[in-house]
Amino acid sequence: MRPLPVLPQLPDGRLEEGFAESKPAYNEAEAVTEANRCLYCVDAPCVKSCPTGIDIPEFIRKIATGNVKGAARTILAENILGYSCARVCPVEVLCAGGCVYNAWGRQPIAIGRLQRFATETTLAQGGMRALYASKIKPKTGKRVALVGAGPASLAAAALLAMEGHECVIFERKQYAGGLNTLGIAPYKLKANDAMKEIAWIFELGAIELRTGTSVVSGDISIEGTVTAKSLLRDFDAVFLGLGLGPDSALGAKNEAGPGVYGAVDLIEKIKSDPAMTLKGVTHALVIGGGNTAIDIAHELALLNVGDVAMVYRRGREDMSAYAHEIEYGMKHGVRVLTERVLTEVVRDASGNVTHGKLARAQGGKPVPGTEETVPCQLIAMAIGQSRATEVATAFDGVALDSKGRVVVDPTTHRTGNAKVWSGGDCVNGGKEVVNAAQEAKLAVRDMLRALAG
Amino acid sequence: MADLEITFCGVKSPNPFWLASAPPANTGGQVMRAFDAGWGGAVWKTLGDPITNVSSRFGGIDYANARMMGLNNIELITDRPLEVNLKEMYEVKKRYPKHTLVASLMVETRENWREIIKKVEDVGSDILELNFGCPHGMCERGMGSAVGQEPKVLEEITRWVVEDAKVPVIVKLTPNTGDINEPAEAAAKGGAHAISLINTIKSLIGVDLEKMVPNPRVATKSTNGGYCGPAVKPIALFMVSQVAKNELSGKLPISGIGGISNWRDAAEFIALGATSVQVCTAVMHYGYRIVEDMIEGLSDFLDSKGMKSVEELRGKALDSYVEWGDLDLDYNIKAQINADTCIGCNLCYTACMDGAHQCIHIPGRTKEQSLAAGHYHIPDSVPLVPVKVAGIPAGRHVPVVDEHECIGCNLCALVCPVPGTITMVERAGSLGKKETWNDRVAQGRDLNPGSLESTVAKRAKR
Repeated sequence: MRPLPVLPQLPDGRLEEGFAESKPAYNEAEAVTEANRCLYCVDAPCVKSCPTGIDIPEFIRKIATGNVKGAARTILAENILGYSCARVCPVEVLCAGGCVYNAWGRQPIAIGRLQRFATETTLAQGGMRALYASKIKPKTGKRVALVGAGPASLAAAALLAMEGHECVIFERKQYAGGLNTLGIAPYKLKANDAMKEIAWIFELGAIELRTGTSVVSGDISIEGTVTAKSLLRDFDAVFLGLGLGPDSALGAKNEAGPGVYGAVDLIEKIKSDPAMTLKGVTHALVIGGGNTAIDIAHELALLNVGDVAMVYRRGREDMSAYAHEIEYGMKHGVRVLTERVLTEVVRDASGNVTHGKLARAQGGKPVPGTEETVPCQLIAMAIGQSRATEVATAFDGVALDSKGRVVVDPTTHRTGNAKVWSGGDCVNGGKEVVNAAQEAKLAVRDMLRALAG
Repeated sequence: MADLEITFCGVKSPNPFWLASAPPANTGGQVMRAFDAGWGGAVWKTLGDPITNVSSRFGGIDYANARMMGLNNIELITDRPLEVNLKEMYEVKKRYPKHTLVASLMVETRENWREIIKKVEDVGSDILELNFGCPHGMCERGMGSAVGQEPKVLEEITRWVVEDAKVPVIVKLTPNTGDINEPAEAAAKGGAHAISLINTIKSLIGVDLEKMVPNPRVATKSTNGGYCGPAVKPIALFMVSQVAKNELSGKLPISGIGGISNWRDAAEFIALGATSVQVCTAVMHYGYRIVEDMIEGLSDFLDSKGMKSVEELRGKALDSYVEWGDLDLDYNIKAQINADTCIGCNLCYTACMDGAHQCIHIPGRTKEQSLAAGHYHIPDSVPLVPVKVAGIPAGRHVPVVDEHECIGCNLCALVCPVPGTITMVERAGSLGKKETWNDRVAQGRDLNPGSLESTVAKRAKR
């Protein structure tokens, strides 16, 4: 077997390392017992609820019979990121949410945990290269550039590499994996496990990773950049997996400064930065009502921040975070404050956050004169992320929609430039890893036709 | 409350639930604990010249998450000295005089039989059971099923025993035979007072694919064993009813054995002609305590049917067990799916498509899609009835039975995971009156269209 590709490894001493898994790995007996509960439905609703359309009853049956490798094949055939998706997918609202057992008042099948068992068990024995040894095609001489090393690009690279195409991934950050490495709540998936999947993918063929490299418009590239033009010139196809940009700011008084973090940035620090510490933080506010908000609130609660309050400007029913995630976070101490808006960050003389001013909200807007001051040493802004799609327009013919998303044909994921495809958050505006995997799959299907032509 | 006391060959027993001759009835201590739990009788682990057993004796077969649907054993008869067993049997009978103590016996020569009969009668055995059924190990030594498979030998040995015994004699039959009627009739001819069946079925429970040795593995080898447990119940029910319907053996009381795990199983055996039932695997799996439910359940069941005794239940279902030729060809049932409880798993659909008559449709398909899926007949309407139960994503619909094509096979109802959701409802028959195949044979109308030319020609000559 070839040696594992050398990927930048995360340093020790990160806060993430202390987290326990919310859904621990099944051992074989547990997996078989759970698999045997599956009814093996026909035209199954779980499959219809999976964005990648994995034949779930089939892979579960294979686990039940002891055909674990076959189960992994069934999963990966539809979703090459089947391992990480098994761990990060909100199965409660996807496959398991569709399970017929819900209708019968029974616990739905733990599809995510079974998928993890099948992929983890199988891939631990030689990775994807061993599983697909006979399927990997000889080199075609064709080269594909992939911009961004997040789930979309990784999925695309895996599928392209198996077909013999050479892939070069350009990533502006230090680590590959995008949100899979740096943005998933640590109780679901830790960065080093995400890296494991990346290593399996890199074994599949000629995939090169260039970290610390941004794609730029114009004609001039300096150290750490590469121009869109050169990619179009030097590669047979380009895939844009740009993801999303930095956290948005709220615009509250005194917001800028230490102690106030963008939620995505804070999660990234918890997962990758050994210098990150929560020393002295006893109270924290998380502003926002989405899944990133509940994730960081839950993480802070699990990191023993005594009081973590999620502050949302509308009602509980308007929160876009999954109900199961909110409930789970509340179980670990997260408080949810609705119909409140942060109007001001109160800082002491040395600039440290001491309090937040919260106003009552009506229709999402603060009502003047209703402010109360609550203690906090840390505030996380989880009110959305900006776009990182501007660079897409540097590729001739690639357009953005009014919301800044890369415009593609939804069936082929080809952009207005015949040599450029795109998928993932930069196209869908911010969805799950499984959506990125599906979009990459659709893009690669079309790319393969184009590259063969 | 119905009285569960039975009289078996003149011997009274507090209830029809006996431990079968097997590991649960191996020692006096076990049998006494069983009697304390409520068992009405026990057939002691078979006595004879003590054998040497191997380590690693049982193998099980699971189905999905159900453990030990079937059990296979390669254990032989008792490995304890005769006098030890006799002493304990004496003690048991002394302390539990009203409970039924049955001595299971397996020896070779007439002298052996004489000696052991006297000894077990002397310690108070109420009944003798002749083990002509064991299909492993002992049969290779000319005993057990080796006797049960040779009606003449069986009859002869039975005669010896009956001549020498003062207490009633049960002959225990092996199912490992072409026709159970033959050994049953031989037992009756030999003078047996009762018959018990079935002993275990000759089997190999499985193969360890890593070691390439069948189970249970004894060092590097294995051997065939005897199969029992819930999986063998249908075979046992059939054989019990055969013996019960037989003109000769049907006159004898039957002790039913084979996969009995609860009162319902017991009631079925009794309804097909058994007077007592014997239990082994369920006790090995769950312990003596299961008898509490058996006693209570059977008693309540008898009450619910207005029956005052087990005897009233005995053989109640026997008359309705007939040969195929006596079944009504005009009987007509169709599957009906309850839209209120259907969970939309479509298992009925796939079972009907691949295992039956392609008459269950998934709503929402075009005629072309249905034909492509493998349907031959498209009903006029396949209504879109949404699955109603809560928490379901939109777009799932209750499968639809095409009554025109449904032949009433029951398969869909059998595979449906939600009990009671698919029922078979009676419809008017196409013949308009009851008619059996035997009626047609009697009237010379037993040639169906599409028969072989040679059959048609042969009939023409008749």
